[in-house]
Amino acid sequence: MSTLEIRDLHVSVETETESKPILRGVNLTVRAGETHALMGPNGSGKSTLAYAIAGHPKYQITSGTVLLDGEDLLEMTVDERARAGLFLAMQYPVEVPGVTVSNFLRSAVTAVRGEAPKLREFTKELSGAMKSLAIDPAFAQRGLNEGFSGGEKKRHEILQLELLKPKMAVLDETDSGLDVDALKVVSEGVNRFSASGEVGVLLITHYTRILRYVKPDFVHVFVEGAIVEEGGPELAERLEAEGYERFAKAGASK
Amino acid sequence: MPAVSKLDTAGSFETADFPVPNGREEEWRFTPLRRLRGLHTGPDGTEGGEGAVSVAVEAEPAVRVETVGLDDERVGASFTPLERVSALAYRHAAGATLVTVPKETQVERPVVVAVRGERPGQAFGHTVVRLEPFATATVVLDHAGSATYADNVEFVVGDGAALTVVSVHDWGRDAVHVAYHHVSLGRDARFRGHAVTLGGDLVRVSATVRYTAPGGDAELNGVYFTDAGQHHEHRLLVDHSQSHCRSRVEYKGALQGDDAHAVWIGDVIIGVGTEGTDTYEYNRNLVLTDNTRVDSVPNLEIFTGEVLGAGHASASGRLDDLHLFYLQARGIEAEEARRLVVRGFFAEMIARLGVPEVEERLTAAIERELERSA
Ligand SMILES: Nc1ncnc2c1ncn2[C@@H]1O[C@H](COP(=O)(O)OP(=O)(O)O)[C@@H](O)[C@H]1O
Ligand SMILES: [Mg+2]
Repeated sequence: MSTLEIRDLHVSVETETESKPILRGVNLTVRAGETHALMGPNGSGKSTLAYAIAGHPKYQITSGTVLLDGEDLLEMTVDERARAGLFLAMQYPVEVPGVTVSNFLRSAVTAVRGEAPKLREFTKELSGAMKSLAIDPAFAQRGLNEGFSGGEKKRHEILQLELLKPKMAVLDETDSGLDVDALKVVSEGVNRFSASGEVGVLLITHYTRILRYVKPDFVHVFVEGAIVEEGGPELAERLEAEGYERFAKAGASK
Repeated sequence: MPAVSKLDTAGSFETADFPVPNGREEEWRFTPLRRLRGLHTGPDGTEGGEGAVSVAVEAEPAVRVETVGLDDERVGASFTPLERVSALAYRHAAGATLVTVPKETQVERPVVVAVRGERPGQAFGHTVVRLEPFATATVVLDHAGSATYADNVEFVVGDGAALTVVSVHDWGRDAVHVAYHHVSLGRDARFRGHAVTLGGDLVRVSATVRYTAPGGDAELNGVYFTDAGQHHEHRLLVDHSQSHCRSRVEYKGALQGDDAHAVWIGDVIIGVGTEGTDTYEYNRNLVLTDNTRVDSVPNLEIFTGEVLGAGHASASGRLDDLHLFYLQARGIEAEEARRLVVRGFFAEMIARLGVPEVEERLTAAIERELERSA
């Protein structure tokens, strides 16, 4: 059973001129079988947390640890983290011109599984996964995220999640920019992924909307680079009713 | 009244009309003259040795292939040399290879013109490819071997004809090649050019496009992979002296290794009194290592207010960290990620070539380059 442990994580963003502190001591543990919702206002540092765990070069860890099953993720390269079982669905997936979706997915699946899947089996697996996410098969031959709409990019992130079958998935605002139909399709994908009960999900979101389809076991309120309140699903309902203002003050007074 | 083309008024067939370049001239300032092995002074200069370059043509029977003297009226009729080396090549070429596609003939298989450096030392050539009205053909100019070579190639595309040219510069590592490609387009004629430059010590290709009537359409594409110590220079001049013509110039290159030097000059002129010109030119360079040099100069001169579209762009840069991060975040190792992104950079240009054998060759060449840099 997998566990993701984030301990007292401090992270700065490297800009052209300065190193700007964003995360101010984050503590969070996600165990297999659990779904955690991390909710906070724009600019509170949610994506910074996600990127820092994944090893994005722009984000500098100034102190703290991140362990996956006791192994220090921060010591690993970006690709080693992914092969160790971490997956980040990005808020803004980048376009990589000329690299086709199918070629990319085959390379990724080969890397993560440690051997190349048989072409015929992979093609079948891919078309099945695309179908369940209502992705047009023609996308397999397009450039990765190239000219995709916001919603199409998000579906492709979940497609990757389902093919790569990580132990821990961090989903950064996968719900944003989706219409209701797409939100359902994407949520079903997340639920299929977590159905085994052997994987953990950290669902980062600004809105409570997706929590109607993906049920969290725990909710964390994230303000100004730290978790300021924690609870069960009822906390999300309170946020829905009251908004983040109350917590924003709590964060500022820290 | 349409403007007179610059390509008609400037230039000369007389070598003496061009002083020996000293490197400060606008058209020579990026070229390392010392590495030309005297091609810019000419065979009468101090540089000795007669070289040999063979030209062999393979074509369907419908295509007429001849070897003719430079005095043949079909030779030298579509251009005037704009530089000394072009004039020298015309003067010293032993004869011309003349490829004619008769009227309304559709040639299925690519015509292959194999240019082989046989013996080092200076050599000069002349080739004319003529498409009579409404003919269509693809011509592959395949350069290989060791040579110090200067040549003029005329592409005369008749009314309503369509010519695709793939010029592969896959020379041996010691070769020097200064090439002049002269494209002349009739009414509603279409030209697709693809330069593929991989080899040589110094390769400098100047292509000019002129329209002799309205409705012409020219696309000039190029791909280059410039390694340590290599100089690859592509100079384009499209002269929109006629109305309602279209041009697209798109060149993409990668550089790796110390003193790899790529030069791209894109000149587009939209002449006085013309209307309905549609042009866009674009150059992108992927800089894979330190100590390389790129000179990329787009230049658009517009002498009329009646333009349909005109633009240019030029960008040179490293591999994008965010591309690499995204691929690595899916478990793909750094080196493999880099390869995928470089392949992707060239993918569209390669797919556009339309000649499977050349596509495969270029793909393989890029793989070899990537192996080398791994
Ligand atoms: N790459 C970056 N460069 C500069 N500033 C950044 C960068 N990424 C994040 N920031 C800053 O860090 C803060 C947190 O941003 P982010 O983590 O994206 O928040 P959230 O995802 O909660 O909206 C913001 O003030 C933002 O401006
Ligand atoms: Mg964010």
